[in-house]
Amino acid sequence: MNATFHPLLRGLHWLMALLILSMLFIGVSMISDLSPRHSLLVNVHKLIGLALLVLVVVRIGVRVFVGSPALPGDLPSAQRWAAKASHLVLYGMMLAMPLLGWGMLSAGGYPLPLQLPALLPQDIRVYALLRQAHGWLAYLLFATVLLHLAAALVHGLIRRDGVLRSMWSGRVN
Amino acid sequence: MSTPLNSRARALRLTAIGLGVAALGAGFAFAAGWVGPDRLTPKRIVDTFEAQAGHYPGYRKNHAKGVCISGYFESSGQAAELSSARVFSQSKVPVIGRFAIGGANPHSADASVATRSLAVEFTSDDGQRWRSGMNTPPVLAVNTIEGFYEQVLAMTPVPATGKPDPARLQAFFAAHPESAAFRQWVKDYRPSDSFANSAYHSINAFRLIDAKGTVHYMRWKLQPLTPFDPLPAQVEDPNYLQNDLRQRLAEGPLRWNLLLTLAEPGDAVNDPSQPWPAQRRQVNAGTVVIEQVDAAEQGACRDLNFDPLILPTGIEPSADPILAARSAAYSESFNRRSREAAHSGVQP
Ligand code: HEM
Ligand code: HEM
Repeated sequence: MNATFHPLLRGLHWLMALLILSMLFIGVSMISDLSPRHSLLVNVHKLIGLALLVLVVVRIGVRVFVGSPALPGDLPSAQRWAAKASHLVLYGMMLAMPLLGWGMLSAGGYPLPLQLPALLPQDIRVYALLRQAHGWLAYLLFATVLLHLAAALVHGLIRRDGVLRSMWSGRVN
Repeated sequence: MSTPLNSRARALRLTAIGLGVAALGAGFAFAAGWVGPDRLTPKRIVDTFEAQAGHYPGYRKNHAKGVCISGYFESSGQAAELSSARVFSQSKVPVIGRFAIGGANPHSADASVATRSLAVEFTSDDGQRWRSGMNTPPVLAVNTIEGFYEQVLAMTPVPATGKPDPARLQAFFAAHPESAAFRQWVKDYRPSDSFANSAYHSINAFRLIDAKGTVHYMRWKLQPLTPFDPLPAQVEDPNYLQNDLRQRLAEGPLRWNLLLTLAEPGDAVNDPSQPWPAQRRQVNAGTVVIEQVDAAEQGACRDLNFDPLILPTGIEPSADPILAARSAAYSESFNRRSREAAHSGVQP
């Protein structure tokens, strides 16, 4: 097993981290905005969101194909489990968020960007559920990102066990 | 693993991590408007509509009372050189829409409200959709969303009379000289006796983009082909306009010409309170033909958001700030009524 992540996975990780954080901030700010920035942000939000769908599919493929470095041997098993589970949850949310966005626009009877086909038939009640799920899952995603960030920094600054470096620089020691 | 940190360095680093993460969380709460200065938001606007007119679950939060209609648009081909949108060249485009009266109370009497509206969706054969909400006044009283909000507040009904306080309204108009054209419209307004013989205006300006990419600023209006007749002085039926529409459609389709008015340099393209000079070039893009009306509050239009920024290629918004504000507020209204439909099962 390698000690660092495959360069492609590292590139995808930091690109997507940046895009997802931007998406979370754009999402919550645009819906409370009445200014002309609203229209611009909504359009940008849909396009970056769909790009993230493509990126996460590629990333999951690469991840399954090339694998990931092992966690440090001295990591307590509870932390090991938490790390694995939170990564799975993050992948799940990265996949679910754009699908919810696409699905809710379909159910709401909205036209889709890039003339994409509707994922679901129009139904205002389904729209309501998906729109709310898109909001709640976004908050959960943000909370998970914060935890993930804190854990990575603990590895990098306190344990200094190479976990952060395995995603950051690709060089071991 | 490297040599363990001494306890001081460890505490310092843990604090730094905690502060960094907390700062990001605080930034998020600020971006969302959960903390920080009190702002005018779509939520506040829709809350104000509901505070004034009452809470009617499942209904639109403005223009709450209406009926769904359908028909088609017969393009004249004359606007095809101004915009590459397929609606202007396709000979027959299916149309669905909604006639409504202004205001957030779905039980208002039809004849009691000055503003009437027509919302439409054109679906062209290239799969693109064009949605629009049009009102009977040709201009708005204001040109900013803050001004619009002040106007809504100034129109708060006084409990004793059920009508706005005249002194408050006067103070609002005095503070908003841009409302002159709107006040003139109110003064000259003679209500017609039907949705069929009313004219409906885009109010906001849009940009037509032709095949070469040239931009033409325009506003449009649906000009009725049904002759004007005044509304009777006494109207008993609270659903007068809806019943009239049914009667007329039972006899045959109703028609409007879609007239595009083109701006010239210097015209107020981003200000919906300012009319353009009367002699501006008009292009008759074709005829909207309405054939059918559904039962009250039922039909295909009910569960749609007539967001004026749902536009086909070949039509773009102007920079008029009211357009973006409408798009944001309509979405809030749509979200709210969709939740009401899903959770309490209430829909008109
Ligand atoms: C990783 C991907 C995504 C993230 C993190 C994300 C995040 C968010 C957030 C935080 C909000 C505000 C939710 C609220 O406070 O209620 C939001 C709203 C929204 N999102 Fe996304 N989103 C993503 C993908 C998408 C995609 C792919 C689409 C559509 C193609 C989309 C369409 C929308 C729309 C239309 C709204 C606002 C609707 C309204 O006005 O109510 N999102 N998103
Ligand atoms: C800033 C000013 C405005 C605000 C905040 C506002 C707000 C709203 C809201 C929240 C709705 C309900 C939407 C839904 O649930 O689908 C609505 C409906 C409507 N508004 Fe406005 N509006 C504004 C200005 C205008 C203007 C300038 C026009 C016309 C040009 C207009 C035309 C309509 C029409 C036609 C409807 C009914 C749509 C339908 O029947 O579905 N509004 N408005």
